Amino acid sequence: MKISTFFYTLKQGIASIFRNKWFTLASVATIAACLFVFGIAYILTLNAANILHNAEERVSITVFFDEGIEEKRIQDIGFLIEDMKSRGIVARYEFVSAEQAWESFSKELGENAQGFTENPLADSANYQIYLNDISRQDEVVSYLESVEGIRKINKSDLTVDALSGLSTIVTFISVSMIVILFAVSIFLISNTVTIGISVRKEEINIMKYIGATDFFVRAPFVFEGMIIGFIGSAIPLAALFYIYVAALDFIGGVFGFLSGIVVTLPPAQIFMGLVPISLLIGVGIGFFGSFFTVRKHLHV
Amino acid sequence: METKKRRTSGGKKTQDNCVIRLENVNKSYENGIPALMDINLKIEKGEFVFIVGDSGSGKSTLIKLLLRELVATSGKVEVSGYDLMNIKRNKIPMFRRKLGVVFQDFRLLKDRNVYENVAFAQRIVQVPSMDIRKNVPGILSQVGLANKYKSPIVELSGGEQQRVALARALVNKPNLLLADEPTGNLDPKSTLEIMKLLEKINEDGTTVVIVTHNREIVNDMKKRVITLKKGVIVSDEKKGGYIDED
Repeated sequence: MKISTFFYTLKQGIASIFRNKWFTLASVATIAACLFVFGIAYILTLNAANILHNAEERVSITVFFDEGIEEKRIQDIGFLIEDMKSRGIVARYEFVSAEQAWESFSKELGENAQGFTENPLADSANYQIYLNDISRQDEVVSYLESVEGIRKINKSDLTVDALSGLSTIVTFISVSMIVILFAVSIFLISNTVTIGISVRKEEINIMKYIGATDFFVRAPFVFEGMIIGFIGSAIPLAALFYIYVAALDFIGGVFGFLSGIVVTLPPAQIFMGLVPISLLIGVGIGFFGSFFTVRKHLHV
Repeated sequence: METKKRRTSGGKKTQDNCVIRLENVNKSYENGIPALMDINLKIEKGEFVFIVGDSGSGKSTLIKLLLRELVATSGKVEVSGYDLMNIKRNKIPMFRRKLGVVFQDFRLLKDRNVYENVAFAQRIVQVPSMDIRKNVPGILSQVGLANKYKSPIVELSGGEQQRVALARALVNKPNLLLADEPTGNLDPKSTLEIMKLLEKINEDGTTVVIVTHNREIVNDMKKRVITLKKGVIVSDEKKGGYIDED
C-alpha cells in the first residue's frame, strides 16, 4: 500500500465520521455506555477483591505450645512454619512470647490488670500464622495438630467461611456481569454498525464497480470504527476517573471510621489496568465490528 | 497483421481484437429458471453496440455477467482479455479497472462534489494526487462540466449527474465502456446529449456497449444492435433497429 493511499483512506475514515454524525454518535454512545458499565464492574470487583484480601490477611491461626515445652522445640515448630512459608502456604508468621501476650492483654484490661503480680498467661506463648489462601486453613490446622509440642490451635471458622463465601459470590457476580455486558455490547455494536453500513451499502457497491480492492473499500470503515471505538472508550474512562476520585473523597469523609476495613484502591492502581483494557476493547470492537460487517457487503 | 495472444486459464489476460467474447453461455438462477441460453457473442475493439430487449429478456443478466457481478452457469466469458469464468476474486478489481461503467441510477457518491466523485475513481487505482488534479478537470471539460466541478451532486440535473458518471467511467481511460440503461432516468434532451457524448467517446477509440430499451435512440443511431428475447439472442444486425416484441 502506498503511503498516500494510507493517508487517503484514513482521511476518508475521519471525513466519514463527520459525514455520518448520527451513526457516529450512536456508535460512540453504545460503546461508551457498555464500557462505562464495564468500568464500574471492574472498579467494584477490584475493590471488593482488595477488601476481601485485606480481611483475609487479618485472619490468623494461633498455635499454643505444650506446658513446659523446651525452647528448642518451639524453634523446631518455627522451622516447620517457615517451610510452609517457603512453599507459599503461609504468608507471614510471628512468635508472640508469654510476656508479649500479657503485655498486649493487660493493655486491653487497663486498670484491672494492675492486681496481677505474676503473668497469668505464662503458657500463652504462641505463633500467629497468616495464610496466603484462607481456604487452606483446615489443611494447615490438621497438619499442625499432628505436630508434637502443640497443645492447642485457635482458628476462626466463621470468618474463613464467610470470607470464602463472599469471595466466591463477588467473583461469580463480576464474571457474570462482564459476560452479560460483553454479549449485550457486541449485540448493540453489531446492530449499530450494521445499520450504519447498510446506509452506505450503495457507496460500497459503487467502489466495487469502479474496481476498488477489498482493502480500499474496507480501510476507511475500519479506520472509522477504530476512531469511534477510541472515542467511545476514552469518554467513559474520563468520566469514571472523576467519579471514582469523588467517590473516594466521599467514602473517606463519611465512612472514615471504617478505614481499617474498607480499604479502597488508589485511582492510579485502578486506571493503570482499566485504561489499556478499555482502549483495547473499544478500539478492538470498532476494528472487528467494521471489518466483519463490511465483509458481508464486499461480494459484489 | 494483428498479433493474437490468448491465455485463458486462471482468469489471466488474453490479447486479440475481441473485447467481449461469449461462447455457449448459459445462466440459470438458483430457482432453476434460465436467464440466458446458449449465448454466442463477439464484440470487437472500437465497436458501438446496443443490447436491446424487453423486461425479462436477459439483458440485465448479460451485463452482470460482463461486469463479473454474476458468473455464468456454463460456457466461456471473456471481457477485456480476462477469462471471467476462472478469474480469481482478488483479480476482479484489476479487471473492473479496465472497464468504464455507467448505470441508469448514476450511482454517484451523493455526499461528495463533482470533482471528488471523478477523482475517486483515480484514487482507487492509486494515481498520484498531482496527476489527479490534472486529469479530472480535463475529463470534466470533455463532458461539459468544467465549470461545475465544485457543485454538490444533489444540485445537478439528471443529465448532469449522468455526465459526472460518464466522466468517472472514462477518467481511467478504459478500453470498454458498459452502460446499463444510461438514459433511463433522463428527459429526451438529456438523452440526446448523453448519446452524443457516448458516440464521441466511441469515435475516440473506446468500445461502447449500451444496454437499453429506448427504441428511439436505437433506431436513430443505426449502430450494431443485438436483440435478446427470453434469454436468447434473436437478432444481431450491423446497422440495426429496435425489434418489437410483437
